[in-house]
Amino acid sequence: MSASASLRQFAAAVRVLLVLTAICGVAYPLAVTAVAQVISPGTANGSRVEVGGKTVGSRLIAQPFDGPGWFQPRPSGAGEDGYDTLASAPSNLGPNNDDLVAAIKERRAAYAEANGVPVSEVPADAVTASGSGLDPHISPENARLQVARVARERDLAPERVRALVDDATQGRTLGVLGEARVNVLELNARLIETK
Amino acid sequence: MTALTPTLLRASIPGAIRKLDPRQMIHAPVMFVVEVGSVLTTVLAIDDPSAFTILLAIWLWLTVLFANLAEAVAEGRGKAQADALRAARTSAEGRRLDPATGAEHRVPAAELQVGDHVVCEVGDVIPSDGDVIEGVASVDESAVTGESAPVIRESGGDRSAVTGGTKVLSDRIVVRITARPGETFIDRMIALVEGAARQRTPNEIALSVLLTSLTIIFLIAVATLQPLAGYSGALQPVVVLIALLVCLIPTTIGALLSAIGIAGMDRLVQRNVLAMSGRAVEAAGDVSTLLLDKTGTITLGNRQASEFIAAPGVEPLELAAAARRSSLADETPEGRSIVVLAEQQLTAAGRTPETVGAAAEFVPFTAQTRMSGLDDEGRATRKGAGDAITRWLAETGDGLPADVQEAANEIARRGGTPLVVAERAGASDPARALGVVHLKDVVKPGMRERFDELRRMGIRTVMITGDNPLTAAAIAEEAGVDDFLAEAKPEDKMALIRKEQEGGNLVAMTGDGTNDAPALAQADVGVAMNSGTAAAKDAGNMVDLDSDPTKLIEIVEIGKQLLITRGALTTFSVANDVAKYFAILPAMFAALYPGLDRLNVMGLASPESAILSAVVFNALIIIALIPLALRGVRYRPASASSLLQRNLAIYGLGGLAAPFVGIKLLDLVISQIPGVA
Amino acid sequence: MSVGLAAVLQAAVLAAIVAATAGPLGNHLARTFTTDRDLAPERWIYRLGGIDPRADQRWTSYLISLLAFSLASILAVIAFLQLQAHLPLSNGMGAMPFHQALNTAISFTTNTNWQSYSGEAAVGHFAQMAALAVQNFASAAVGIAVVAALIRGFTRERTDRLGSFWVDLVRGVVRVLLPGAAIAAIVLVLGGVVQNLDAPHEITTLTGGHQQLLGGPVASQEAIKELGTNGGGFFNANSAHPLENPSPFTNLFENALMLVIPFGLVSAFGVMVGNRRQARTVSLVMATILGLMVLGTTVSELAHPGTASQLAGAAMEGKETRLGVPASTLFAASTTGTSTGAVNAAHDSLSALAGGALILNMGLGEVAPGGTGSGLYGMLILAMVAVFIAGLMVGRTPEYLGKRLGPGELKLIAGYILVTPALVLLGTGVALAFDGPTSSILNSGPHGLSEVLYAFTSAANNNGSAFGGLTSATTFYDLALALAMLLGRFLPIVLVLALAASIGRQGRVPVTAGTLPTDTRLFAGLLLGVVLVIAGLTYLPALALGPLAEGVR
Repeated sequence: MSASASLRQFAAAVRVLLVLTAICGVAYPLAVTAVAQVISPGTANGSRVEVGGKTVGSRLIAQPFDGPGWFQPRPSGAGEDGYDTLASAPSNLGPNNDDLVAAIKERRAAYAEANGVPVSEVPADAVTASGSGLDPHISPENARLQVARVARERDLAPERVRALVDDATQGRTLGVLGEARVNVLELNARLIETK
Repeated sequence: MTALTPTLLRASIPGAIRKLDPRQMIHAPVMFVVEVGSVLTTVLAIDDPSAFTILLAIWLWLTVLFANLAEAVAEGRGKAQADALRAARTSAEGRRLDPATGAEHRVPAAELQVGDHVVCEVGDVIPSDGDVIEGVASVDESAVTGESAPVIRESGGDRSAVTGGTKVLSDRIVVRITARPGETFIDRMIALVEGAARQRTPNEIALSVLLTSLTIIFLIAVATLQPLAGYSGALQPVVVLIALLVCLIPTTIGALLSAIGIAGMDRLVQRNVLAMSGRAVEAAGDVSTLLLDKTGTITLGNRQASEFIAAPGVEPLELAAAARRSSLADETPEGRSIVVLAEQQLTAAGRTPETVGAAAEFVPFTAQTRMSGLDDEGRATRKGAGDAITRWLAETGDGLPADVQEAANEIARRGGTPLVVAERAGASDPARALGVVHLKDVVKPGMRERFDELRRMGIRTVMITGDNPLTAAAIAEEAGVDDFLAEAKPEDKMALIRKEQEGGNLVAMTGDGTNDAPALAQADVGVAMNSGTAAAKDAGNMVDLDSDPTKLIEIVEIGKQLLITRGALTTFSVANDVAKYFAILPAMFAALYPGLDRLNVMGLASPESAILSAVVFNALIIIALIPLALRGVRYRPASASSLLQRNLAIYGLGGLAAPFVGIKLLDLVISQIPGVA
Repeated sequence: MSVGLAAVLQAAVLAAIVAATAGPLGNHLARTFTTDRDLAPERWIYRLGGIDPRADQRWTSYLISLLAFSLASILAVIAFLQLQAHLPLSNGMGAMPFHQALNTAISFTTNTNWQSYSGEAAVGHFAQMAALAVQNFASAAVGIAVVAALIRGFTRERTDRLGSFWVDLVRGVVRVLLPGAAIAAIVLVLGGVVQNLDAPHEITTLTGGHQQLLGGPVASQEAIKELGTNGGGFFNANSAHPLENPSPFTNLFENALMLVIPFGLVSAFGVMVGNRRQARTVSLVMATILGLMVLGTTVSELAHPGTASQLAGAAMEGKETRLGVPASTLFAASTTGTSTGAVNAAHDSLSALAGGALILNMGLGEVAPGGTGSGLYGMLILAMVAVFIAGLMVGRTPEYLGKRLGPGELKLIAGYILVTPALVLLGTGVALAFDGPTSSILNSGPHGLSEVLYAFTSAANNNGSAFGGLTSATTFYDLALALAMLLGRFLPIVLVLALAASIGRQGRVPVTAGTLPTDTRLFAGLLLGVVLVIAGLTYLPALALGPLAEGVR
């Protein structure tokens, strides 16, 4: 094949690429956006959680909760202080990493002390960082172990808090997909409303 | 066939050493890598000697040497044969006829040119290949074929070819030379059996490509292991890396590849078949359509009498006696078979076959009468085709009775040849038909089983015959061939081959006549009979010195065996690597990561012993497999599936398991060596 | 329900979905690449591109079109990433450094989607859509085109013409990827994935803190990212990010998306060569390897070996709560078995042997079931290696689907199986030999070696997933991995197209009892053995010093 024929192929390539860019890179995402905004604006806009008419976050995104009166999300490796949505990331520490061992030890001791449970009972998800650093969920065990503390701090009957947790617990989808979980933001939002 | 005698082994050692020349080794890339490794290890061993490095260097050299030995042994087996052939060739001298004067000049065989005419008489060795253009002679071809019975060579027809180096036993012939000096049949044969003319075949090249790429992959894997080991804090001694590399690259098949090819050709030579190229041998393994001539291949050369059908009112024994009489003088095989059948029946009935009077007169078969028979004291007995006898009967009396005609037709319908027997008691008596002799083609014993076998191998057999379709169909049915080509002319044969080839089939055929030559050339495997014409022998890519057309089947099997042997040893070679990893990797890295000692499933004594054991096993397995490479993997005709299953089990699983045992046993010995344990 | 049983059932649901779609999708794919009829939108594209859709290209011409298109794509992506500050919807993102833009461009055009950048921090919406998403479609379609050409080599006789690259490319996009992605995107939106054009905006959290609420055309990108086995996440955390993969349902759906086209193509192969049993055999081998990888990684992760994991009590480091261990390992095995590279958990934090299994899964050549197109052509090449060895063992010149494998074919096949291991091992060796590249390693000891080995295995096999601890946004890794991706993609494609022509030129050898049957369990077992042994032997030394050394200590 001659050089000029190759050049012709390249010209064709550029033209086809332009057309595909218009179709797949502009028309397709805009069309999907339009449909999404019509049929499911809630999810399409980030599953926002509103409290008192104000958006306080996304039910899909973990946020920090300072203070013992809140259910605590999982540790986060996203950004310097964690939970930075502009820096989603796992810790990437290996299963034998010494820093990770140290971090887990520290978190375990802190969790055990804060919640008054033996270190051997501290749930794994409470001492490990998630894949995104923005994991909005904790395990039901983790939530249950925090009930006593939260109830105490908020002066609520533990049963009521416990009921909130049970209410917020989602099982595996269809009984087999994924794992059971509790959404921390939604749980904490319910907590505010509970007197 | 002797596989591997100590004598042969000893005789091959010098050749094996000569082959260490890197310029030769480079043709076997896998072994070339081993040789380079051996040189490096030797240098390192001299630089920093230890029992381990010295032993390693020795065994790496032995690995190369064993590979060369395999090739040398394979070649050595052909050498003896080549020497005998060479002796036949060098002594020859020719008596060249001057075309102008007709005078004879003695010239050395090497000076004979194509087109020269030479005279050969009793005791002369025919100086070069050629065609007989004058005379008939019996020729001793044992120098070429190993067969001591003399053969007839005559001018014209399909038995005119003579081979240089054979000897005239009787009479005088004039031969026109057809081969250029150095290119005679014997020259080609010498080159073939010595392996000098051996060109690598397509499958062998393809396999080499695969083996070379595996070698490169392992070369990269081992070379890049060093920075990985360095990062991990355990840089490896170069000798250890070389040992690992040699163990991983497919040395077993790399060492034996060439020997397998030479031995395959040799196996053909042992069966008196000369393949003009290795490609043809491989093609034989791929053949999917086999064209076989009916006569002489599927059936015995001639038709034979199988029954007598008497005319109404004729005593069966009377017919038998008459048929015998009519054939007493008939020296054709058909005639003799009638006599034999008749005498059997007469004797069985307690009758002594009559003798014929001295005045009896034989009536030979002629193209005009198309009958033969006997006139004995006025009694005339005749046998012949129905229409010929009808004409003879009409001369003196009635025509052919309807029942006899019907019996004859029935025989023809069943694929046989009817011969009507008629007799006239005296000169004045009317002639009458006594009955019909049923002559039929006799299928050689065991042919049906052979064809069934071929079918299981995926090969269709097509019978080629000049018979009419009716007859052909009957014989095809009886012999069990898959298809037939009736009333076949040479062009038809050619067309059939083309058609098969267009359908993607590889076609094999045999032939001997000049008019077979185009078809022989067109076929993928064309086996010319040595008794055939020079044209046929030139056109085919194999020559069967025994002129046995059924040998085609054996040729196919040898072709398959050659490929199977290569595949089996490749599988074995690659499967071996698993165990070698289990020996060498923990040896290299268990000191760094003690957990990796769990890979040392064989419980090898020490890292040095483990590495040496793997290398020694790798070398010894070559020697151990030389006999198999020369003999070929056992081949029994079977479907591809069952062959694969069997060979995978033996060479795949065996290849996985064998080195675990072998390396462990070697380790028990090697770990006793001081300085290694 | 125990976690083990749930894991098995979850995998079974996935297998059922993929199995149910493979047949119909296969028929659709086969029709797509055999029909003579053009759809109206396709005709418009041909007209705009100045292309004659009826031109039957010789393999060299097919290749040049493919390379020209890929080169244009690389240049376009670089341009978008360098100029995005001047584009709309860029949310203030500036030009990407050149070496990173080059790496990203090559990464997306080679269907690798290795990401040395962080999506939410470095790429604006417009470049995500018009540069990256476009290549998600295009690179997948290129892979499918190549396998369509290879299959034509099997089905055609006595020609080296392989069809039209432009037609294959356009049809792959218009008839398969675009409709599939559109449907999938809507399903994802319904499942909770974001789809808008919003820039990040700050909200006040429940406790009065501040957080950026993110938006973007995520679902539309996510759909083609999985369907085209691309894997490049809109966000840095990829499919672990709750906005990309909010629930166990979307997770399973995304997991299925990456498997449907690779398995569907196998089915299409069966239809096109007129022998569905051949396709089933190939599928069986792919599914078996994938199953083994799922089993191995899941068992290892549930046992959670490793000092940190043991201390924590479960292997939850780097995993999302909603997904848990089984959904993470199922996804990990699928993403490395295809050439997707999307991750829903941090592979770097997996137990040593699970991580090693993923490296091996990619090292097998990504054939279980592999990327769109590339998986099938990779597996067909390995099938030809198996046929070659086995074919000799039955005493015939080896042939596959009626095409003989002679020296010419073997050269191309041998080259193919040589390229990727060479790139992986040379790249890893070079990186580990120098202090600069080794300083990018996060985890020390053998795990650190695994990080580098994983990076080059992923790049050369065009996977794109990573042991994320390795800081790869350096000039060395951006360039070295770009080279690995480039050669790991296009050298095999050159060889495959040459092979397609080489077998296409042949006639067809009829099937007889002497033909090695390639549609039996025995052959499937042999093929499995060849795949595992060739890759196993190649990578075992490297794996021994990385995952194995870490795993058996």
